Amino acid sequence: MGNSIFDQLPISQYIYLCCVLFAIGLFGVLYRRNAIVLLMCIELMLNAVNLLFAAFSSYMGDSNGQVFVFFIMVVAAAEAAVGLAILVMMYRNTRSTDVSLMDKLKG
Amino acid sequence: MELILIPIIAGFTAAFAGKWGRWVALLGSVTALAITFGFLNKFQMGNGEFQMIWDRIWFSSAIHFKTGIDGITMIMLLLTNVLGVLILASAINKTNRNPVLFALIVGMQGALNGVFLAMDGIMFYIFWELALIPIYFICAMWGEGNRFATTLKFFIYTFIGSLAMLASLIYLYNKMPAGGTFDYKALLAVNLTETEAIWVGAGILLAFAVKIPLLPLHSWQPDTYTEAPTAGSMLLSAIMLKMGLYGLIRWFFPIVPEAVLFYIPLIIGAGIIGVLYGAIIAIRQTDMKRLVAFSSLSHVGLIAAGIATLTMEGMQGAILQMFSHGINIFGLFFAIDIIQRRAGTRELGSIGGIAKQAPRFAALFLIVVLGATAVPFTNGFPGELLLLKSVFNYHTVWGICAGLTIIFCAVYMLRMYQMSMLGKEKGDVYLFPDLALRELGLMGITVAMVIGIGIYPQWILDICGPSVHKTILTIQDTVGVLK
Amino acid sequence: MENLLWIILSPLAGFAISGLAGKYLPKGTTGWIASLAVLVSFVLSFSLFNGLLSNPAAIKKEYFTFIGSGNFHVNFALSVDRLTAMMMLIVTGIGFLIHVYSISYMHSDEGFYKFFAFLNLFIFNMLILIMGSNFLMLFFGWEGVGLCSYLLIGFWYQNEAYGKAARKAFVMNRIGDLGLLIGIFLIAWQFGSLDYDKVLDPAKLVAIAPGMITAICVLLFIGAMGKSAQIPLYTWLPDAMAGPTPVSALIHAATMVTAGIYLVVRTHVLFDMSVFAREFVLIIGLCTSILAALIGLKQNDIKKVLAYSTVSQLGFMFIALGSQAYVAAMFHLTTHAFFKALLFLGSGSVIHALDGEQDIRKMGGLRKAMPITFWTFLLGTLAICGFPYFSGFFSKDEILAEVYKHNVVLWALCVGSAGLTCIYMLRVLIVTFWGTFRGSEEQKHHLHESPALITIPLVILAVLSVFGGILNLPPLLSDSIAHGMHHFLSPALNLAEVPEELSPLSQLNLVVVTVVVLALAFWYVRHKYIAKQVVPETDDAMSGMGKVMANKFYVDEIFDASLVEPIEKTSDFTYKWLDRKWIDGLVNSFGKIANAMSNLYGKMQNGNLEYYLLYMVAGIILIVGYNLMK
Repeated sequence: MGNSIFDQLPISQYIYLCCVLFAIGLFGVLYRRNAIVLLMCIELMLNAVNLLFAAFSSYMGDSNGQVFVFFIMVVAAAEAAVGLAILVMMYRNTRSTDVSLMDKLKG
Repeated sequence: MELILIPIIAGFTAAFAGKWGRWVALLGSVTALAITFGFLNKFQMGNGEFQMIWDRIWFSSAIHFKTGIDGITMIMLLLTNVLGVLILASAINKTNRNPVLFALIVGMQGALNGVFLAMDGIMFYIFWELALIPIYFICAMWGEGNRFATTLKFFIYTFIGSLAMLASLIYLYNKMPAGGTFDYKALLAVNLTETEAIWVGAGILLAFAVKIPLLPLHSWQPDTYTEAPTAGSMLLSAIMLKMGLYGLIRWFFPIVPEAVLFYIPLIIGAGIIGVLYGAIIAIRQTDMKRLVAFSSLSHVGLIAAGIATLTMEGMQGAILQMFSHGINIFGLFFAIDIIQRRAGTRELGSIGGIAKQAPRFAALFLIVVLGATAVPFTNGFPGELLLLKSVFNYHTVWGICAGLTIIFCAVYMLRMYQMSMLGKEKGDVYLFPDLALRELGLMGITVAMVIGIGIYPQWILDICGPSVHKTILTIQDTVGVLK
Repeated sequence: MENLLWIILSPLAGFAISGLAGKYLPKGTTGWIASLAVLVSFVLSFSLFNGLLSNPAAIKKEYFTFIGSGNFHVNFALSVDRLTAMMMLIVTGIGFLIHVYSISYMHSDEGFYKFFAFLNLFIFNMLILIMGSNFLMLFFGWEGVGLCSYLLIGFWYQNEAYGKAARKAFVMNRIGDLGLLIGIFLIAWQFGSLDYDKVLDPAKLVAIAPGMITAICVLLFIGAMGKSAQIPLYTWLPDAMAGPTPVSALIHAATMVTAGIYLVVRTHVLFDMSVFAREFVLIIGLCTSILAALIGLKQNDIKKVLAYSTVSQLGFMFIALGSQAYVAAMFHLTTHAFFKALLFLGSGSVIHALDGEQDIRKMGGLRKAMPITFWTFLLGTLAICGFPYFSGFFSKDEILAEVYKHNVVLWALCVGSAGLTCIYMLRVLIVTFWGTFRGSEEQKHHLHESPALITIPLVILAVLSVFGGILNLPPLLSDSIAHGMHHFLSPALNLAEVPEELSPLSQLNLVVVTVVVLALAFWYVRHKYIAKQVVPETDDAMSGMGKVMANKFYVDEIFDASLVEPIEKTSDFTYKWLDRKWIDGLVNSFGKIANAMSNLYGKMQNGNLEYYLLYMVAGIILIVGYNLMK
């Protein structure tokens, strides 16, 4: 590995960054109603985790973490595809992307 | 084995057989009856042990599919299959076209046979629950009034009881050393302390007491009987009740003999109070089905009390009365069904004078009513006599209280007969055709059994006698001499 | 002796034929088949009776085990001793006459075949009752005759009042039956058997506690109270007059109601052991006898008068039983069967002629129109009054003499009761047959003597009522033929060959007193109803004691208020309040709790994605937090 600036950053910095990214994603999921934004926030959370995996992989010298990142990216891509498809269907039916309208599961 | 499978297979076939469904079902039912008679023929009288045992491993080595017939089972099988055929035949009329109903009835017959034949705890439990499924659908699909709520209540009520029984069975299994099984004999052999026996017994008793029903667990019964379709009421009261009573004889007292001294007064008390309670309420009912429901509560209370005396008279009387009560109640419900279909109502205040229009029906109905009233030379009498005697010997005061039933029973039964059949014609009875051939045949068979058993009840006592004796001995072995 | 079985099977066959095929047969045929069935029984009974005359040993026959369970073992078995034989003759003999009478009496009824079926069934059950050789067989017949009585009282089922009367009879009988049943249980418990032979063995009785025997006796007697209409279970019998008149004659006068007497006589060994039980029987009998006679004085329905008279006479028989005069009771039972059947059939003949009218205030002067009915009714009345040398005179005097031996006060009361009997019977006789006709013109036009099928049984019964006394003459008249019935019955009842006698002088005195009382009664009635031609007042005009008596001392009303209504109220209360509201309410409340919980948690499932995510996050935080805190 080369001596880039990333090597000099302590692991804690990565953790802080990831936590912040994850929290932003989480609060986005909880407080936004637009389904597209929701999906983007979920992506953000996933990517925060990805970054953490990558960082720890580099820090520990273990490539398994980076393999996981690929897995997650694949899953995320699939999820985005399905999610967007649902979203399109939802838009067609309700003319809106507001998830609070989707309360059919109400008990 | 075949007794269980044939009706169930016939049920499945019938459900998909369209307009032939009813005949497929009837064929299955009659076959089962024929097999029962075959067993009766092979049955060795005077032998109290289980005979014709059929044993296969089912789920694991601990749970077998094991069936056997002893005298008590034999009577219950006769009851189930004779009445199964009769109930099925009584349900075949112009208004019922749906093959599923017949499929469910015949399937129920198979499940009930399973309950009575089972010699394995888990098998017993499985068929016990299996019998609940057809009756649930029969009541929920063809019932009247508030049928879903009522049926659901009934279902949940009995289900809770059954689960308690399952828990008790599993507890017994866990008490066995490694390699134990749920076999009947193995369950009998488990030794319990008295406290354990009381708790285990409570679980088992809960299942039976709800089904019988013993006071105060009866409140599902009047509504369910009233709102179920006639075939459902018949199945419930003529056969399903007997599951609980049979359970008391076979699966309750012998399994927890350590607790009998605790439970005897309890069951007798609940039974006798039920006798009076049901009878008093029945006096003022105007819905004929509800009246019969409360009369049934009264009758089974006495049967349960008789069983709990753990005497030959009590138990044999109980078995005889179970058989008779099944026949009588079938006849009563059938007659009420006939009235309801022709007059459009079964409210006592709004009909009357049917005897004028339908004298044959009136005569046959009268005999059934007399059977239920326990008049000599009808089937109700010998059983009731033995039961009253056993309770009387147990305790004089309880005996006299139970004896009041012969007065109250006359009051409410004759009141029902009088208000519906006699008096001036009232309500929609002017075009009340007398019995058609099919109805005449069914009522005729019922009445023949009412009188036949009334004159010679001894053959039932002879069949079940040795097995009852053995059961009592099993219990006494543990408790010492019971008096 | 297969005869025994045929005796009971013959009426049963008659029942089956008339019940099943009667609808398709001509009316006369059904009636005659049924009568023939009873005649066969009568002839067979008579041959048995003849056999027993020479050889008093009881004839026994066991057929099959009826109920056998544990120690409890009862056979279907018949046995005939002299007591039974006598009862059989009464039942089948009078039964036959009444069958024949009914062929004419019921000829225009549409339920003709049913009527004969029920009558035959009754005879069958009655025979089971008396011929059974154990208590259970007796109980069988006992309930069976109750059933037939129910069917026949409610024979005209379209009338709801009749239906009520029938039910009342059945239920009141069942109250008595419960007593009897419990008595039978006690016997089974104490003796281990229900066979008469084993239970009624004086040697064995010694081992039983006296209290127990008293209890058994009282319970058996409660059964007898129901069947034989004694206080307090008598009110069904007058109501039972709703049935056709032949039924009243057969069941409610001559045979079924005497089953209680038979029961006590049959078990007299037990009663002999218990003074208390005997006194109890005596007091109840006496009270019933007087009460019923008083009520009878003021009734205006001809059949009701006869019904109360029956109750009163049954009371007389129980008085005899209470004073251990078993033969006297059986004697009175026999003569009573003759003259009461006669009186009922006679009243039936009158009712028939008047097209259903039963109120004596609307009769009168029938003497000329219906001579045979009148003369036979007259003889019957004289017999029941105890007119010297009629059958009732001998049987009643014998009872009075026995009571006199027992207690003088009771004797005086009995004589009073006999005097009352005389008054109310003569009142009916005179108001019905003397004076002028008070019915409608149309009825007057139709007045006729009844046909031969009705009058022949009347004449036969009249002859029996007049000469029935021969059966058991007192020795006062002739020693050689005295005590016929006593001699006949003594082997069956284990009695001494010759009864203990009062001195001839005191016997004579007793008879004189009785005759004087009767003569006074005659004079009173003659004065009131013949000389003054008094017709009983209408219902509205009654007042004071007369009204109370006419209303039967309001016993029915008291029963209604004290028993029937409370039970019905309890029933409503139990159903609506206890069962529906509390027990079912409690069960439903479990369901309601589950429902409420479900509603509560259901609110959380509002379908909103954010909330679900929020719950998820909160859950994660909780789990993580919990693990961190730990």
